[in-house]
Formats: sequence, C-alpha cells, structure tokens
Amino acid sequence: MPLTIGVLAVIAATAAGLLVGPADIDVRGVLLAIADAIPLVDIDHGLTQVEHTVLFEIRFPRVVLGGLVGAILAVAGAAYQGVFRNPLADPFLLGVAAGAGLGATVAFGATSDGDFLALFAFAGGLVAVAITYSLGRSVGGRTTISLILAGVAVAAFATAIQTYLLQRNVETLREVYSWILGRLVTVGWSEVVSLLPYAVVSSAVLLGSRRLLDVLGIGDEEASALGLNVGRVRWVVVVAATLATAAAVSVSGLIGFVGIIVPHTVRILFGWSYRVIVPLSLLFGAAFLMFADVAARTVVSPAELPIGVVTAFFGAPFFVLVLRTMRGFR
Amino acid sequence: MISWHSVEVTYGSTRVLGPVSLEVESGQWLGLIGPNGAGKSTMLKAALGLVEHRGQVSLGNGDRQPGLDIAWMPQRPRMPEEMGLADYVMLGRTPHIGYLSSEGRHDLDSVRLALNKLDLADLADRPLGTLSGGESQRTVLARALAQEAQILLLDEPTASLDIGHGIEVLEVVDELRRTEGLTVITAVHDLTLAGRFADRLVLLADGLIRADGSPHNVLTEESLRSHYGSGIRVVQDEDGPTVIPTRRSK
Repeated sequence: MPLTIGVLAVIAATAAGLLVGPADIDVRGVLLAIADAIPLVDIDHGLTQVEHTVLFEIRFPRVVLGGLVGAILAVAGAAYQGVFRNPLADPFLLGVAAGAGLGATVAFGATSDGDFLALFAFAGGLVAVAITYSLGRSVGGRTTISLILAGVAVAAFATAIQTYLLQRNVETLREVYSWILGRLVTVGWSEVVSLLPYAVVSSAVLLGSRRLLDVLGIGDEEASALGLNVGRVRWVVVVAATLATAAAVSVSGLIGFVGIIVPHTVRILFGWSYRVIVPLSLLFGAAFLMFADVAARTVVSPAELPIGVVTAFFGAPFFVLVLRTMRGFR
Repeated sequence: MISWHSVEVTYGSTRVLGPVSLEVESGQWLGLIGPNGAGKSTMLKAALGLVEHRGQVSLGNGDRQPGLDIAWMPQRPRMPEEMGLADYVMLGRTPHIGYLSSEGRHDLDSVRLALNKLDLADLADRPLGTLSGGESQRTVLARALAQEAQILLLDEPTASLDIGHGIEVLEVVDELRRTEGLTVITAVHDLTLAGRFADRLVLLADGLIRADGSPHNVLTEESLRSHYGSGIRVVQDEDGPTVIPTRRSK
C-alpha cells in the first residue's frame, strides 16, 4: 500500500514535470507523443518539431534527472541516519556535500572542462565523511551531538578552503556559484546517462542493506553478538551513500534538505523500519525533487529559481507541518 | 560445551578479568556470581568476542560463531522505542538470514515459538517503548531464544523482574535446558535464586575465580562474607542455601 502511494507520487510528479513549462505544449499532444515514443507504437501526436524537441530533449531529461537526484539524496540520507543511528545525519550535516563541493571546485579549477568532476566530488565527500565520523567518535563516542558538531566543523572547513580557491581562480567563480545553489539545467540526456550507473549501483546496495540497518538499531555490540560484521556493513553503506551523493552533487550542485525531510516524513507516516524507509525514500525523494523543480521553473517564470532554494522554502515548513500534525498520533 | 582457556581482559593498564580458565559441560546451568565489577559481564562478552582478550574461548566442536552458537542477553539492552516487539524478536534470527535475503517460514516459526514460551504473543505488535520493565526483559530473552543457539549467556536475566516473574522466566530457561540440552550461563546478583536454578556456581571477585562448585559448597557464609562484606547469613535447608542480608548494627 505505501509502495503504491510512492509509485503514484512519482507518476504524478513525472506528469507535472512533463506538462508544465514556459513553452505552452498541448496536454493531449504530450500524452500522444509519449505513446508514440514507445517502440512499435506509431501515433500522430500533432506536436510541431520544436515542441517535440522541447519535450524530449529538454523537459524529459530534466524530469528524469530531478527524479534520480531526489531519489539518491533521500535514500542516502536514510542510509546515513540508519548507519550512524542518528536522526540528524544527512549528506549536508555530515559534511559530505561540502567535501564533494570542495572536490568539485578543485576539479573546476584543475581541468577547465570538469571531466573528473564526479571523481573529485566523490573523493572530497568520502574524505569529509571519514573525518566527521572519526572526529565525532574521538570527541564523544557516537552521540548525536558530537557527530553533528563534527560535521558542522568539517563542512565549515571545507567551505572555507573552497571559498579561498574560488577567490584565487575568479574565472571559474560564476560557474561554481551557480553550481553551489543547485540546478537541474541539462543539455539533453548526458547528465542522466552519467548519473544513472551511480544511482543504480548505490540504490541496489542500500536497498539490499535495509534489513541490516534495522539490526544496527540495537547497537554495535548487540549486532556483533548476532553475528553481524558491523564494521563491514557500516563501511559498505557509507561508501554507497557517499558515492551516490557525490555523483548527484556533481551534476546538480548542492541541493539541501531532501536527505532529511524525505526519510523523516516517510518514517512518521509509514513506520520506523528501514525496510520501509529505504525503498519509500527512494520513491518520495524522486517525486519531491521533481515537484520542487516544477516550482523552480514556474514561480518566477520565465526566469528560474535555484532548486536548492525551492527545496528549503517548501521543504522546511512542510516538514514542520508533518511533525506537528503527526506527533499526537504516535 | 564451552571453555575459557587463560582468558584475560585488560582496559588500558587495568586488568578487569583473569586469567580465568573454566569449562562448562553441555546441558549444564552455571551461575556466575560475584560483587559488582568482579568481571562477570566481561567474561560473557569475552565468550562472544565483544571485548579484546588474551587466551582462547572454544566450543567443543571448534571455533565459536557468535550468534549462531551463542545467544546473549545483555544486561542493558538497547531497545529502539518505536520498534515492534515481534520485529525485535525477529532480530534474533539475524545469524540465520543471509545478508541480502529476508526471513523465511522457519524464522517466523521460531519467533512465534519464542513469543509463546515467554507469554508475549498478545504483545507482539506493541512498540518496545510501551513495555513494562518485566515485559522488556522477557522480550530480550525471547530474542535470545529465537537465535536457537546451543549456548545461552544471560546477563542479569531477572534484574527488573518481580520475584514471581523472575522465577517464571528462569523456569522457562530451565525447561529449555532440559528438553533441548542447552548450556546456560547466567550472571546473577540474587544469590539465593542463583543457587536454586544453577547446578554449579562460580564465584568471581576482582576478575579471578575464587570458588567453584555446587551451590551448597559455594554459598557459604565464610566465602560470601570475604567477598561481599560481613552482613550476610546463609541458611541451609532442603531447598538449598538461602542467603539473608543482616544489619551490622541495630
């Protein structure tokens, strides 16, 4: 049942993403053109060549990219929360995003065309989460507060270096800043194609680990006594989540809030178990970011808002609302 | 059978256990007793490989596989408040379920059986956060039973139970021991209760084994007074030794 709701949300968001945009394309035409695109189906959709190109080379890849990025950020957030047993853990608070941002800035500066963006972003993200984790642990066990404080420190430090590098290389400044604000602007399908393998592999690993995240809920010691190799599980999950986050961040920039809002909303609505939270975060994360992108494109149309602004603007109050209305029922 | 061979645990420069050597036969119920900080919990954790130790712990048939061969009921279990009781007991099946697979029919049966044995079936859907102290304790024991391990290590299994529920739980454990040949090792503070159920008691103090034998031989005023202090009287009758606290001055 919750799975059905998730799938419906993704379908609704996809439809909204395909139908809404500055170019006013006829709804019926869009539906027919999509049917026409199915192999062996041949329908006269009545769209002009330009409209057809807008639909398939601009809107479609953008919607898919939004779905992938949203799914990744949400599922990575859920995974970090489970593996660190910390409700506040998310790619941003753990410093992963800032580390990936730093890596990406280095990549922008070093290789003007940004070929190694994903690789640099991944390295930056992984180093950041490793430092956050070991710092948080050495300061005060694995308590919520020490981990988050460590993440804040790591993020601040990475951002400081990033700003310094940007001041040194003013020519890449504009490019990097538009990237930092988060964007889903695409040039056709290339971003989707480059993100897809990371998304598929990481999601598969995280989905496969969802039962183990529940086992980690009883603590490292008891989980080990049940024969679980806690260190290995944690390592695999963190690497998968970080890889996906870094890949998403490298194509879409820093889009905040998704990794915290989506898993928590799912948790409040559908229960505590990661067996539910992980797959549903994937679906609702995709739907959430696709809807956010529709808002980003339409609110100040024909101009666009950075999508990171939209996720924060709509996401934060929505989350507060969910938190307040559901508290009494639990 | 499970045996500790010269097992020694140190934290930094402080030795908290050992060296201790101990062999427990299959089907035996061993009670570990001793004052706070004597090393009882550490000895159990060493058996599970949860603390670094020198020396060896081995089972009769070779190397131990924590989870599969040995089930553990910790003294202070971590119980996520929102988790459902049956889901929690299902965690006990972890050693039997592959990393990427999910539970099968046998796992569900084991959980149901464990819930029934501990009279928890009616509470199966309750979140852990809503359970009373006694219900929680029985739930943790149910999780350990669901592991279907041959060796059961229970760290203070009756700590938050009233005397009635305490006896009830230990009776369940004893029945399993007799019908399924489990080896049971309990760390217990209640010396009288320990003596009623265990067929062998080991007294630990300062990390070393100070006495080892039948309850009758270990629960003596002399040995208890030297390790627990003077306010103790022991009455021996047909039920076994009864340990009675006394006031030093009144």
